[in-house]
Amino acid sequence: MADYLLKITDLNKHFGGIIATDNVNLSVQQGQIHAIIGPNGAGKTTLIAQLSGQLKPDSGDIEFAGHSIISDSMAHRARQGLARSFQITSVLMPMTLLENVMLAVQGCSGHSFRFWGPVARDRDMRSAAMASLAAVGLEDRAGRTAANVSHGEQRQLEVAMALAMKPRMLLLDEPMAGMGKEEGAMMVDILNSLKGDMTILLVEHDMDAVFSMADRLSVLDNGHVITTDTVENVRSNHEVQKAYLGDGHA
Amino acid sequence: MDWNLLITQLMNGLQLGLLLFLLASGLTLIFGIMDFINLSHGSFYMIGAYFCGTIVSITGSFVTGVLIGLVGVFAVGALVERFIVRYLYRKDHLDHVLVTFGLILIFDTLVHLLWGPSGMAIPLPDALNGQVSLGSLELPSYRLVIISAGLLVAVVLYFLVAKTRLGMLIRAGASNRSMVEALGVNINRLFLIVFALGTAMAGLAGMLIAPITEASIGMGNDIIIIALVVVIVGGIGSVKGAFYAALIIGLIDTMSRSYLDQLLQLVMPNTYAETAAPALSAMLVYILMAAVLAFRPQGLFPPAGMK
Amino acid sequence: MNWLPVTVSGRAYALLLLVLACAPFIFEWANQPFYLDLLSRALILGIAAISLNLILGFGGMVSLGHAAYIGIGAYCVGIPSYYDFYNGWLHLALALSVSAGFALVTGAISLRTKGVYFIMITMAFSQMAYFVFLSLEEYGADDGLVIYSRSEFPEWLSMDSSTGLYYWIFAVLLMALFFTKRLLHSRFGRVIVGSRYNEQRMQALGFNTYRYRLVCYVIAAMICSVAGMLLGNFTSFISPDMMGWSRSGELIFMVIIGGVATLFGPLVGTIAFVLLEEFLSAITIYWHLIFGVLLVLLVLFGKGGIHGWLEMLDRKDVDHG
Repeated sequence: MADYLLKITDLNKHFGGIIATDNVNLSVQQGQIHAIIGPNGAGKTTLIAQLSGQLKPDSGDIEFAGHSIISDSMAHRARQGLARSFQITSVLMPMTLLENVMLAVQGCSGHSFRFWGPVARDRDMRSAAMASLAAVGLEDRAGRTAANVSHGEQRQLEVAMALAMKPRMLLLDEPMAGMGKEEGAMMVDILNSLKGDMTILLVEHDMDAVFSMADRLSVLDNGHVITTDTVENVRSNHEVQKAYLGDGHA
Repeated sequence: MDWNLLITQLMNGLQLGLLLFLLASGLTLIFGIMDFINLSHGSFYMIGAYFCGTIVSITGSFVTGVLIGLVGVFAVGALVERFIVRYLYRKDHLDHVLVTFGLILIFDTLVHLLWGPSGMAIPLPDALNGQVSLGSLELPSYRLVIISAGLLVAVVLYFLVAKTRLGMLIRAGASNRSMVEALGVNINRLFLIVFALGTAMAGLAGMLIAPITEASIGMGNDIIIIALVVVIVGGIGSVKGAFYAALIIGLIDTMSRSYLDQLLQLVMPNTYAETAAPALSAMLVYILMAAVLAFRPQGLFPPAGMK
Repeated sequence: MNWLPVTVSGRAYALLLLVLACAPFIFEWANQPFYLDLLSRALILGIAAISLNLILGFGGMVSLGHAAYIGIGAYCVGIPSYYDFYNGWLHLALALSVSAGFALVTGAISLRTKGVYFIMITMAFSQMAYFVFLSLEEYGADDGLVIYSRSEFPEWLSMDSSTGLYYWIFAVLLMALFFTKRLLHSRFGRVIVGSRYNEQRMQALGFNTYRYRLVCYVIAAMICSVAGMLLGNFTSFISPDMMGWSRSGELIFMVIIGGVATLFGPLVGTIAFVLLEEFLSAITIYWHLIFGVLLVLLVLFGKGGIHGWLEMLDRKDVDHG
């Protein structure tokens, strides 16, 4: 029997008259990369926001590792092992890459009501942070301020921070947004290397990347899941083609 | 039960409430639409009183004083918006606090320079200075003037906000500023009008109270706090909220000052009640604010469309 | 370890601390006891400003009610003294605990809000404290409370003389600076600073930012109350005016002049403020006008305050080097 790490049941969310999430049912298997695709405005980011705890759904349930997290705060979910990266780069700009990742390490390792010891001298945290930076290929830029690195590197930093939280599952919202071809390819390699050990739910627009990474795909349109299936089946699905009409991705 | 005292105090509460409404309505719109913290709102309260007083001493007519004074305060408010406040909208709230704090200092000193350190008394015309009998009760007629003026402004404001195009823009702006901009409205002009209108109402409040309390330097700096509490309790951006909250707070504040010690005496020894009552009645308004924030942080009557 | 300061700003601050350490002797030699008083007052406000900077500058919580803790600290000296309890440790313990309690309750409520709301609510709570003390007829209310003797400490720690009190103030100042520095680099400090940059990000990393900010708020309040205790001893006259919202505004002003979110900024800002106030008020009674204009100009055009200016000198150094 399949091992579902994340299980979304009958999730609904509306803003006034707009239905952003329409009875979504979705399950993510442990160790898989599950991608969510769909045209603009389909409600992908809203879905991620509800999963991470940023938005409160109107009805439905979200189960993570067997128990319901629907009423847990963002911080609580993060500590339970659900790490998120943001679609609009949300790193701490005035801090260095290393400082950013060290905070990520800090967030999920005990409490931070320690007022005396300088964080910079904590060797364990430092090496854990450097390891995460190395995993995304940023270790030689650790001392640079986040504001002073390229956009693509900032996206990589987002992923590094999520990894540093030693999560059980990654929620990645368009990790490759705004990246060039080379950087995008590198990101795909990184994510592929995580397969098996890490469970990943990702939203992406870059179809080639998605098709080369994902084990399963869910197609979202108007807040509703049209289909969830393997990559080949989704590619040849007529309804999916209809939803993307004009996008040229048949 | 001293009914005369009760009715007098109720009238006092109503009066305070309406004055607070005049102050709070402008504030709530400025906060709500422009997201601008105007600590100097109380200064316009003061300026209104002084303008009115000066004109009364020249023309001898209180009504003229109020009318011309209103125009004057509106003008000052417009100038301040155009040349100082406008450049601050993009900056963060700390900057708003600092600049408007600086404005308070500037206004207080300017008033000192122009009118001297001692206050200015504003004499009332005889017609307004009499007494009115309600049964066995004698009420100063000026009190009724203030209450009527306050209610009149409330009605006019309601009409303005609910029935005119300007009002529609104000209501839209209170819940969604960017939408108003997207509608192609001249935002600069809208903000200028809202700001100047708000300050004019503050000035009106100052003019109305000055014949009773005297115009004095810094007179707005304490009442502004209560006005802010009214804004929070009523809901930022909501004129309706400001109205009800102002009345509630005006009544609570006045009534508690008169009756709290008697109430407390029912449950505790007299000496404790006597010292506790003034302290407690001072705190009551803030306790109300804290309670509203705890259970309904968007205020009692938030503008429609706000979550 | 290289502990000698290398930057212009670092050297300036080191020199400042040195001068401050020797101040009583300098002023005695120059026979200007008035300036020692002025400096004492400036340093007390400096401690308060440093504590405010912790929540405002580093934490991004714009509190317009911080002066309430100065008042609370002062009344924790005044009220026991009124009942003839002069023990300094008692005063200190009271100041710390009462301010912590008040901060915990008001902070818990205020920190659930943001932006405009937060500023107004902190303002409202401090006014509440002001009005409460104003209504306490027993302790002088508007007329204030006079104390006839300073907080009593063992003889070697006595604050009875001007010099003794000055070194008390200086010691607390050094502790405040040192503690703030350690705090900022600690785990706790990183969370506070990170929350200012991007609170949602921090929550996504697993931090319950509300709790950390509340603790920070309480710590800042406690440090400020010690400044209040020192002020009460210094002026021997305690009144609700110490805690009004305009006092809080002045504190913010001091922090901004010196350079927000810097370690020494609040100290130099406060000294500059007090000196400027002294200088200007001697020239004209309308000095508030100049202050006000200065404030407006500073916000519209100046950034970084005194510290920012010192750092600019540093960069010029580097360019020439």
